[in-house]
Amino acid sequence: MPEPLLEVSGLRVRFGKNVDAVRGINISVQKGETHCLVGESGCGKSVSALAVMGLLAKGATRSADRLSFGGQDLLALSERQFSKLRGDRMAMIFQEPMTSLNPAFTVGSQMAEVLQRHRGVSRGEGLERAAALLAKVGITNPGLRLGQFPHQLSGGLRQRVMIAMALMCDPELLIADEPTTALDVTVQAQILRLLMGLQAELGLAILLITHDLGVVARMAHRVSVMYAGEVVESATAEALFAAPTHPYTNGLLRCVPVPGVIKRGDPLGSIPGTVPRIAPGYAGCAFRDRCDHADASCNAHVATQQIGTDHAYRCRLSADWVQAA
Amino acid sequence: MISFLARRAILALLVLITVLTISFALTRLSGDVAVSMAGPAASQEDVETIRKAYGLDRPLPIQFANWVIGAASGDLGRSYLYHAPVAELIKARLPITLTLGLTGLCIALLTAIPLGILAAMNEGSVLDRAIMMIAVIGQAMPSFWLGLTLIIVLGLRLQWLPISGVDTWDGYILPGIVLAFSAIPALMRLTRSGMVDALASDYIRTARAKGLSRASIVLRHALRNAAMPVVAVAAVQLGFMLGGSIVIEAVFSLNGVGYLAWESIAKNDFPVVQSVVLFLSTIYIVLTLLADLLNAVLDPRLRTA
Repeated sequence: MPEPLLEVSGLRVRFGKNVDAVRGINISVQKGETHCLVGESGCGKSVSALAVMGLLAKGATRSADRLSFGGQDLLALSERQFSKLRGDRMAMIFQEPMTSLNPAFTVGSQMAEVLQRHRGVSRGEGLERAAALLAKVGITNPGLRLGQFPHQLSGGLRQRVMIAMALMCDPELLIADEPTTALDVTVQAQILRLLMGLQAELGLAILLITHDLGVVARMAHRVSVMYAGEVVESATAEALFAAPTHPYTNGLLRCVPVPGVIKRGDPLGSIPGTVPRIAPGYAGCAFRDRCDHADASCNAHVATQQIGTDHAYRCRLSADWVQAA
Repeated sequence: MISFLARRAILALLVLITVLTISFALTRLSGDVAVSMAGPAASQEDVETIRKAYGLDRPLPIQFANWVIGAASGDLGRSYLYHAPVAELIKARLPITLTLGLTGLCIALLTAIPLGILAAMNEGSVLDRAIMMIAVIGQAMPSFWLGLTLIIVLGLRLQWLPISGVDTWDGYILPGIVLAFSAIPALMRLTRSGMVDALASDYIRTARAKGLSRASIVLRHALRNAAMPVVAVAAVQLGFMLGGSIVIEAVFSLNGVGYLAWESIAKNDFPVVQSVVLFLSTIYIVLTLLADLLNAVLDPRLRTA
């Protein structure tokens, strides 16, 4: 397998002194592939993405065994050097299109400044590129939109602007944090189709964060399922949907009517309880309180098990428990 | 936008009419004007002559109407003390008061905005608390006391700056500082809270994700949003400064509009008193209206609505 574009290993994020939000996760994203990070609210997906981008808020501390992007060690970079990469070779779009654009500047000026910053071009050249990209993300009349302020655009348009803005410098990696969650269903579908089209055209690697397994089924090449700050199962999308092994993954899949996975007439399930808050020093499987299969051994450290070379899960159960059950 | 401005303008006009009435009423309530003008040695006849000469024998509504009509056409009456038209007295003193107010505003903005930004960028730190402490002290300090202290320390002991008059430009520095001190706390708090909100906002996270420089993030993206209310409040503060410079002009012996007001109140020169009150209120009302306008210009959400 070629060297991945983004390689994250042992990533940890701690809020203050008492909350471990991310607990040693490994993720790798290959050039041109979509890696989905799935899990319910509060499991640490967004925090992981922000940590990779170096965008954590004050009070959060990041550590990692390895954080490399295109062969470059991100951990060794100063904030200044890191800022040269952001917006240039790695870009990010967010869950909140309504508030992610600056209300005081026009769309054009906010887009142009990315190119001005990273390529040292004039504002005029920046605006030209911005207009071309707005057209590419399916916005009609880009010239008009460039001169408008964010409040004059709908949520769907704003998210398209965010995507176009992320593409200003032809990034190799796009991190998309729940890009469609705040949008209505038809716009969601358009945005997802747009991302897939751009990926095919530009060879973009996408790290897509979502809680929506329908989105995963449509988009993902690889999937990592997160729970309470850990990746509990990681596999190719096909393998994961064909043979979900971790009880949490199984629970998630039963909650969502993903075509082909849940058959017509099957009852939809739910997972009782919520994601626990994890304090430093926590031991054992974090899912054990919500799991039907938990026993005393789940209180101790749970090792990661492999199925073949490309499918890993963190549970005491053997790989064939689902069939046996 | 237009209807918003029209509403504001009508409101301003109503305030102005109220001010006209109150300033007229107050000067009539403070004793018999003709008696105090004539002086203690005057006979009853002298008082009656004065009463007649200045139209004080006519009914109050007519006096009021005459004054309003005069004021609307720029005739504010004549000063008893200076025997000159009030409008000219104000006009001659206005440059000093305006220069002083603008100096004060510049000093206030140049201090409050950088300190507010610094406090916001270091929210919760010792520096933040130290800066906010200055704001509290500034708010608590009476301006005449600060003025006298500065005169003693910078003027008399160190002899760095002139202590009174404005024969040279540096005469404006000490009174400007004192005037600024009253505006700094409010402007600084506003800058700080605006910047704290802005820096924690989603669009600043976007700006960081775009890899923009720290200077661009703080001074362009955050400050542009935090500055909107600051600019509006600064306009209102200028109104306060122009009207509130009475004490400072007295302390520093500056012959401005404030000093004129103080002098005419002491000598019961009522045409001057009511005119100065009217004049300063008008400036204040206009500046408040301007603040609304500035807010609308600066905030694209208001401008294009």
